[in-house]
Amino acid sequence: MDLNTIVALSHNAKIQEFRPGDTIKVTIKIKEGDRERLQAFQGTVIRSRGSGTGATFSVRRVSYGIGVERTFAYQSPLIDSVEVVRHGLVRQARLYYLRGRYGKAARIKEDRSRGR
Amino acid sequence: MKGILGRKQGMTRVFLEDGVVEPVSVVALGPCVVTQVKTRQRHGYQAIQLGYETAKKLNEPEAGHLKRITQFRHLREFRVDDLGDAQIGQRIDAAIFQPGDLVDIIGISKGKGFAGVMKRHHFAGGPKTHGQSDRARAPGSIGAGTSPGRVFKGTPMAGHMGYRRVTAINLTIVQVDTERNLILVRGAVPGAKNGMLVIKESRGKA
Repeated sequence: MDLNTIVALSHNAKIQEFRPGDTIKVTIKIKEGDRERLQAFQGTVIRSRGSGTGATFSVRRVSYGIGVERTFAYQSPLIDSVEVVRHGLVRQARLYYLRGRYGKAARIKEDRSRGR
Repeated sequence: MKGILGRKQGMTRVFLEDGVVEPVSVVALGPCVVTQVKTRQRHGYQAIQLGYETAKKLNEPEAGHLKRITQFRHLREFRVDDLGDAQIGQRIDAAIFQPGDLVDIIGISKGKGFAGVMKRHHFAGGPKTHGQSDRARAPGSIGAGTSPGRVFKGTPMAGHMGYRRVTAINLTIVQVDTERNLILVRGAVPGAKNGMLVIKESRGKA
């Protein structure tokens, strides 16, 4: 029996398709007491791994000079939406090389063949 | 007393509404059929016997026992305090469980072969450095000297590990799929994929 068919995958129409290298804006639901608010995290997708309910992606941004990486589960009900801000053109699937770079060296070429 | 037989399908994860991830084991249940109802008057104790999976071949006593029902490969008894309205031929499936129920799951653990004390009993082993040789995975002392002059029975040593009956207790049922006869149970269950499991209502905190 295929385990991936046992737990139904949820489909969030507000999650746009993206690839490593793209700059995306992830909007997360955050619970504070009994109030719920939305928070955005914008950065470069550096990794997408796994399949089924276990699939995750990681987004990196440099915030006040400090590199911040967050990993999200594709299937998490806490993700409100994912919006692609910019399509990036990269040759690797895992962009760990960005970690050692900052400023001009950490730029990614824009992929104009994919929309926008 | 609720009980059923099943097979482990493996593990996956599910998200709860608040975003918490639950690691779950998928267990395919039955369907099982009641093959015998044992009563205090006739058998000296009360139990319900369930049959699981059709048999290719049975010996004559087994075939005779099951001649009025399907030929089952596995038979297991479940001791019950109350026989209820159990009837021979009655079908038992995932519908006996509800999400949130606690169950005990019995299986045969994966065999690890002849294992040393570090793996089998979580010994610390010896130092890796400071001039040590061949002591890294050694058990150390196994007892005192002339008095008592022997090694006590039950002293943890190397030997065969795994492939024994293991009961995982008080597992929470996260989901019940009556259509496909599956349950999702929080946490791990003993044994390999496709290993046979006995699923019983939890005995609770005795």
